[in-house]
Amino acid sequence: MWDYSETVKEHFYNPRNAGAVEDANGVGDVGSISCGDALRLTLKVDPENDVILDAGFQTFGCGSAIASSSALTEMVKGKTLDEALKISNQDIAEFLGGLPPEKMHCSVMGREALQAAIANYRGEEWVDDHEEGALVCKCFAIDAVMIEDTVRENSLSTVQDVINYTKAGGGCSSCHEAIEEILTKVLAERGEQPDFSQPTEQVVPEKPYAMTNLQRIRRIEMIIESIRPQLQRDKGDVELVDVEGNTVYVNMTGACAGCQLEMQTLGGIQQRLMEDLGEFIRVVPAKMREQAQLAQIQGA
Amino acid sequence: MAEVEGIYLDNNATTMVDPAIVQEMLPYFTEQFGNPSSMHNFGNKVGLAVKKARKQVQDLLGAEFDSEIIFTSCGTESDSTAILSALKAQPERKEIITTVVEHPAILSLCEYLEKEGYKIHKLHVDEKGRLDLEEYEELLDEKVAIVSVMWANNETGTIFPVEKMAEMANAKGVMFHTDAVQAVGKIPIDLKNSKIDMLSLSGHKLHAPKGIGVLYLRRGVRFRPLLRGGHQERGRRAGTENAASIVALGKATELAGEHMPFENTTVKAMRDRLEQGILAAVPNCFVTGDTENRLPNTANIAFEYIEGEAILMLLNKMGIAASSGSACTSGSLEPSHVMRAMGIPYTAAHGTIRFSFSRYNTMEEVEKVIEAVPPIVAKLRKLSPYWGENGPVAEPEKAFAPVYA
Ligand SMILES: Cc1ncc(COP(=O)(O)O)c(C=O)c1O
Ligand code: FES
Repeated sequence: MWDYSETVKEHFYNPRNAGAVEDANGVGDVGSISCGDALRLTLKVDPENDVILDAGFQTFGCGSAIASSSALTEMVKGKTLDEALKISNQDIAEFLGGLPPEKMHCSVMGREALQAAIANYRGEEWVDDHEEGALVCKCFAIDAVMIEDTVRENSLSTVQDVINYTKAGGGCSSCHEAIEEILTKVLAERGEQPDFSQPTEQVVPEKPYAMTNLQRIRRIEMIIESIRPQLQRDKGDVELVDVEGNTVYVNMTGACAGCQLEMQTLGGIQQRLMEDLGEFIRVVPAKMREQAQLAQIQGA
Repeated sequence: MAEVEGIYLDNNATTMVDPAIVQEMLPYFTEQFGNPSSMHNFGNKVGLAVKKARKQVQDLLGAEFDSEIIFTSCGTESDSTAILSALKAQPERKEIITTVVEHPAILSLCEYLEKEGYKIHKLHVDEKGRLDLEEYEELLDEKVAIVSVMWANNETGTIFPVEKMAEMANAKGVMFHTDAVQAVGKIPIDLKNSKIDMLSLSGHKLHAPKGIGVLYLRRGVRFRPLLRGGHQERGRRAGTENAASIVALGKATELAGEHMPFENTTVKAMRDRLEQGILAAVPNCFVTGDTENRLPNTANIAFEYIEGEAILMLLNKMGIAASSGSACTSGSLEPSHVMRAMGIPYTAAHGTIRFSFSRYNTMEEVEKVIEAVPPIVAKLRKLSPYWGENGPVAEPEKAFAPVYA
């Protein structure tokens, strides 16, 4: 079962603007060969000011295709055509609270239907310039056509090249066999032998803000300081002991130590830290580390 | 199913472990933890339990010897072992015959072997999913290392004439393997009176746990192991035995034998009632596969102009579990290769739903599903560009001809 967001499910179970709009003056029919999904978008545009007065969809497709169509109609209503054209497929996915990588093409189809319907309204012909292939890299939602085109255009020859140009393969690395296959095929066209002996590197996800270690620890200290008065009011206290990677060790004292609410309090601190630092943080009582170290010594 | 909420009609995907089987296997996690190879009482008892399980599997398959039963980790491992063994044992033979409708456990492996330089012949099927034995006959020669044809198809339940095909292969001196993962326990099998050389089965399709399988290997058939190491399974599949699951599978095959008449009467009647009820209530749908020659528990219905994943999500909301051949459920580009192979058009292939039964289903559940399906189909058709007020739009493929990316 796909891990669909609540918004996707909501739009699927209760689609908005289903059916064709009456007196539509812009119609876009598009299909995605992957999935076999197809979508007709009908728009009613005010000829005076190019504002989209109404939008309706008819979709032959899966849950996320229907949800993407529904979201799209909600997003475009009331916008001018030029504003609507600025909607990207990521905007649609974001509106829906995200889509699984395998399903991103549903949002692409929505965007294409919009372009097609607006072209139809303007009396232009819409040509699709986007070809889709089988999904190769799940970590970064990159398909085979995209990889193959990039390899060809830039004369790439290693998996690392592909990672550098497309990101594909820069995560869990389970798609490397498929990437090597594409490379082997394109290299053969160029009359070259592949060489996959060099190790590859992970793409390190960009940090929201780069802080030095010291800055980061100071920041953590500051946040914990700001929580203390609240705990002291309940006759408890907390003290920062150490920071090790993503783990923050603290001492709980007073009424907090060992109380039933200790875990809950730790969870609250953890939440605050994660929100502020924008990264995953684990808050652990320092005594647990001591116990673990002791056990290790005794075990050895 | 007392403990489980909802109506489970996805038994070709996996089945509930029979509570009697759970009871049977539990001691092998606790007091009976020994290694069957060990020279003490702890191990000995487990060894005897494994022996008993082997006998139970032998009985259900009608194998001549219990040493023809090799325990593996799953159906997929059995399939891979069979094919790779045939290639290793007969390096001069570089061709494989299989079918277009096999499970990925066979097809993906064959596609990989094709890249390695082997020649793969995939037998075609007609619109009902049936093979053409003349096409098969012509391909059988001394270049072929192994034929691998499933006993029953997992999506449609269509049964293939593997006993006859094994005889044809044998007459030409070609090894024959069958993936019987869906067939075991549902239709009678008598290997000692057949020419089948190898057969795969998987525990979790017959109320045993996941992660246990069997490769049947006829005595005297040349074999090369996939996993080498210890002497377990007489050196043909090294690795300490999954004793608890082996015991479970033994019990499961025994129970499957006992329930086989039930499968072919009561379970079949439920399946038939479901099909008949849905076909009577929903326009523009049809049963796929060979309805004359199918597993008793499988129904595959194509609902035209709507998409399977959407149907499944709405069914799931009503507590009904089934599966679909749509591309979207698998995240692949194409709808089910089985539907495509039978020439089912895209607009129907995407809307195929498989309902697969087990002995735990009831007629009451069937009636609930018959009631639930028509409004779901109607709701989705209302959204479909191929559907008008009261039926498909005139010439659907022309009225809606999208620009395809
Ligand atoms: C026909 C067929 N072969 C092989 C398998 C794979 O079995 P396992 O999941 O035990 O590896 C399945 C199960 O999905 C199947 O239906
Ligand atoms: S799937 Fe490509 S890196 Fe994970």
